[in-house]
Amino acid sequence: MSKVLLVGVDCSDCSNRALEYAAKAAEKSKLQMIVVHVIDWSPFSFNTAKENEERHQRREAELDRAHKEIVDPVVSHLREQGLYARGVVRHGHPAETVNALAQEFGATNIIIGKTGSSRLKTQLFGSVANTLVQISELPVTVVP
Amino acid sequence: MRSTRAGRLAVLFVYCFGLPLSAAAAENVDQRIDDAIRPWADGISGLIFSSFPVAGVDIPIVLVWLIFAATFFTLYFRFINFRAFRHGFQLVRGDYSDPMAAGEVTHFQALATALSGTVGLGNIAGVAVAVSLGGPGATFWMILAGLLGMSSKFVECTLGVKYRNEYTDGTVSGGPMYYLSKGLAERGPRLKILGKFLAVMFAVFCVGGSFGGGNMFQANQSFVQLLAVTGGESSWLAGKGWVFGLVVAALVGLVVIGGIQGIARVTSRIVPLMAVIYLAAGLSIIAINAEAVPAAMGAIVSGAFSPQGVAGGVVGVLFQGFKRAAFSNEAGIGSAAIAHSAVRTSRPVSEGFVALYEPFIDTVVVCTVTALVIIITGTWNPSIDPSQGVALTSSAFESAIPWFPWVLTIAVVLFAFSTMISWSYYGLKAWTYLFGESKIADALYKILFLAFIVAGSSMQLGSVIDFSDAMIFAMAFPNVLGIYFLLPVVKRELDEYWADYKEGRLPKFGKAARLDRVAGTKK
Repeated sequence: MSKVLLVGVDCSDCSNRALEYAAKAAEKSKLQMIVVHVIDWSPFSFNTAKENEERHQRREAELDRAHKEIVDPVVSHLREQGLYARGVVRHGHPAETVNALAQEFGATNIIIGKTGSSRLKTQLFGSVANTLVQISELPVTVVP
Repeated sequence: MRSTRAGRLAVLFVYCFGLPLSAAAAENVDQRIDDAIRPWADGISGLIFSSFPVAGVDIPIVLVWLIFAATFFTLYFRFINFRAFRHGFQLVRGDYSDPMAAGEVTHFQALATALSGTVGLGNIAGVAVAVSLGGPGATFWMILAGLLGMSSKFVECTLGVKYRNEYTDGTVSGGPMYYLSKGLAERGPRLKILGKFLAVMFAVFCVGGSFGGGNMFQANQSFVQLLAVTGGESSWLAGKGWVFGLVVAALVGLVVIGGIQGIARVTSRIVPLMAVIYLAAGLSIIAINAEAVPAAMGAIVSGAFSPQGVAGGVVGVLFQGFKRAAFSNEAGIGSAAIAHSAVRTSRPVSEGFVALYEPFIDTVVVCTVTALVIIITGTWNPSIDPSQGVALTSSAFESAIPWFPWVLTIAVVLFAFSTMISWSYYGLKAWTYLFGESKIADALYKILFLAFIVAGSSMQLGSVIDFSDAMIFAMAFPNVLGIYFLLPVVKRELDEYWADYKEGRLPKFGKAARLDRVAGTKK
């Protein structure tokens, strides 16, 4: 069984460097790649009844869009390079969900891009990369 | 087809006939609106609240109906309100939520949405009225009614999820009109006719309730509070209830007609915060006066069984407590089943366990805190006019925190707003059940809803409260009657689920699963 490398992507353009880096690593060590995109969502949010009624429909649309616009192009690009790649989209807290998916797929490494958020924003909300480094039980590579 | 549509339109017409807004002349608009609607309001509430005298107190049949049902459900499901309390919490926390279903409506979200429709003026104004008219002892009966009401919610929300409609576009729609019609139809051709009848009856009352307690009462009481903090009779707002009504109607209109969900979303996030602030303020007043708490508790218990100076003695106190609890948590009324139906679960009964928390938070926690503050600060006043509920709670808080009436005013207006948004949704669901999906019917309902906001803030207080109570409580007749026929269905679901739960056959996820694994390896 070959090893699994998990790559987190935000949007198809902004994660280019992380992807390139990951692709090189995967090629070198013959790794399977799981391309992950997490839609920010909390199970503890407060919604209106109308929002709840349409939630299932919205979720389908969100998943569909994330696949079409973010994950699928990346996956097919990687496959063209002769790599084994697979895309996963899920709702949840970004860092926690990437971590949970890494465990689910038995990944040995996590690679994510650094998002270019401002210092203030990071101070207030923390960043996905920071949180992931804190909670992950696997080596995490953050590509600038 | 044509004839049923004509029939529906005829019913629509009857509704329009009740349209409360007469052409409003500038002078004393409030008085005119009040005059126009009062005969209707008084007539309807007289009908719903038919009562019989017990120990000198007129006890409305509907109240006995609700309390009997709540007690019966509690016994029939062997104290499910206590039995499933812990498991309900695990469900809300997400121990049993499959991560593959992330992004769907969770138990927590369904509960929070339902709560935002119930936590509100009933907890603030209603409690003050109960304690004033029934003495401290009313609190005891209120708590008891809250605990029993948990079982009613359990049943109706389980049924709401079980018999909801799931449409091909992925949206869902549920509530008593669906479980009454679909559920009873499963139990035989005769019951099918009864079910359809009860469903229509429920929907008619639900539309009425959405105009009454879910709307006019809210508009009215928030205006009263606003008037009080801006200077009462001498306020620049005095006699301008209709202006306030128009502003609120415009805001609600932006949400329900304009589809500006942003406003609703902002409210749905601020309201829980206001509830927390309200609770924190109440608890700190209780903490500051900690030495008065034992005496207050004593007064609650002794007042429950041997009240002094309360009309009707024990029966009178019991009636006040039960009535306000029922109006506040709406258990047995059926409204919450509409909100809970949106949850994504394959086991309807699991949502029933979650729904237990609604009367618990609403009545056992929030109402009790309000009652304790009123009793401790000694602000309750046996000669209160029932319409002065908010004002009384406000002065109770004011005696400890002088600037709190302003916070309370914001809270009251926001609670009222979110309750109106929730009820406009419930009412519209019932309306579409009656008249079908059509743009005209839809628009007509929304316009009527807005008109009632203006009417509610203009009207004299007493008749608003009576009408509100009447329409909301009326929903309990068809709802509870139908539920009795469906109890075996819930029982079956419950027994299957409970066996799975006890045997550990329900899949756990996340931290809860990891903890279980650790416990398993240690064994």
